[in-house]
Amino acid sequence: MSASQQPATQREVSAEIATAAGVPPRADGHPERAYGPYRSTALRAPQQPLVVSPPSLTELAAPVFGARDVAPIDADLTRHHTGDPLGERIIVTGRVLDGDGRPVRHQLLEIWQANAAGRYRHEGDQHPAPLDPNFTGGGRAITDDEGRYRFVTIKPGAYPWRNHTNAWRPAHIHFSLFGTAFTQRLVTQMYFPGDPLFGFDPIFQSVTDEKAQQRLVAAYDHDVTEPEWALGYRWDIVLDGAHATPPDPDGV
Amino acid sequence: MLELTPSQTVGPFFAFGLPFDGGGDVVPAGTPGAITLHGTVRDGAGAPVPDALLEFWQTGPDGRLPTRSGSLHRDGRSFTGFARVPTDRAGDYHLRTLRPAAPSGSPHAPHLAVAVFARGLLHHLFTRVYFPNHVEANAADPLLSVLDEERRATLVAVPDGGPTGPGYRFDVRMQGPGETVFLDLSTHGLAQPPVATTETPA
Repeated sequence: MSASQQPATQREVSAEIATAAGVPPRADGHPERAYGPYRSTALRAPQQPLVVSPPSLTELAAPVFGARDVAPIDADLTRHHTGDPLGERIIVTGRVLDGDGRPVRHQLLEIWQANAAGRYRHEGDQHPAPLDPNFTGGGRAITDDEGRYRFVTIKPGAYPWRNHTNAWRPAHIHFSLFGTAFTQRLVTQMYFPGDPLFGFDPIFQSVTDEKAQQRLVAAYDHDVTEPEWALGYRWDIVLDGAHATPPDPDGV
Repeated sequence: MLELTPSQTVGPFFAFGLPFDGGGDVVPAGTPGAITLHGTVRDGAGAPVPDALLEFWQTGPDGRLPTRSGSLHRDGRSFTGFARVPTDRAGDYHLRTLRPAAPSGSPHAPHLAVAVFARGLLHHLFTRVYFPNHVEANAADPLLSVLDEERRATLVAVPDGGPTGPGYRFDVRMQGPGETVFLDLSTHGLAQPPVATTETPA
């Protein structure tokens, strides 16, 4: 936000969102980095076009993670403290796939989120909502042979931010993913179905293609829900494009 | 083809989700041949960016791509080639690693692959750190060779050692004068001429 400007109203930002929605979306569904309604993009989106260049052999490979890096309990965010966190316990599960539908096996997923009251365990979060001594909000998992992952956590709350007056983020979980190539790296956010804040949120709306927006929203899945214990959500993640066959480090 | 999952910003609160202990210590202090790499991330107004996260991925001096796990919990012996460092309040980052070498058959000069994440950045940015001593390899590099001198300079680290040994400075300018060259690498897997071009603005 520019220091010289008063924060915009939701009405003004919503009008900007509507205008941006009229521009044809990128073919790959990603947001444009320079997206006016999200004020912090103003000084952080490059002005020069990206330089299209073939990836290097380094970029066609990816860092390697495994059992040494992630403990099974890392995927259960409700068990990182002595007591149970407050809030609605949920299961979030799905598969990580590449653009050809192949599972991304044995790769790292990382998540972080606000607690049930919409507060992050972070010094920069000044939202006057309570911290939960039994919830930190960070988790890690490694995908299995089929590219599957599964987290147990609590449903995060919506929270206010200072993009404009009365700005609120829809409830979301941040996800970080690696593929088999560094070029497939992805950081994104998973949302919950039917959130009334979608239409007001510049970050969600930065994905201007409606079908692409829906790919950010998990589905409630009663088959994932466990009786007397937790509601279940399913969210599959597709990493950028068809990747090249990983080079044989000894054979190139 | 499946439709891909769109990117969203890393936001301001990744500190308890992504950084890990020793994220910038790719090799332990005192490792023979270790170099430091440091720099400042700045925005379009030239202000330091205190909430960026940088990832580096590289070959080691033998030119091999690491294949052993342990990139978050290194075993102290294996070179994992992966670093992750948040910027501090001054927008600075710092890591300790080994010099990369080009894999056999690589058309590219030795480099570190870099991904930049930040609040206000809806989709991460890729760039590369090259080294000034590889004069011939840099001149033949498919990326460096098509950039003009001013832009090429944004990708080449500047020797800037310290008391602990050889070091380099690599600053990231997200926008504006001296803007770092950022890359669209999405042509991977597609039949593209092996020549860097500048994409047509949408």
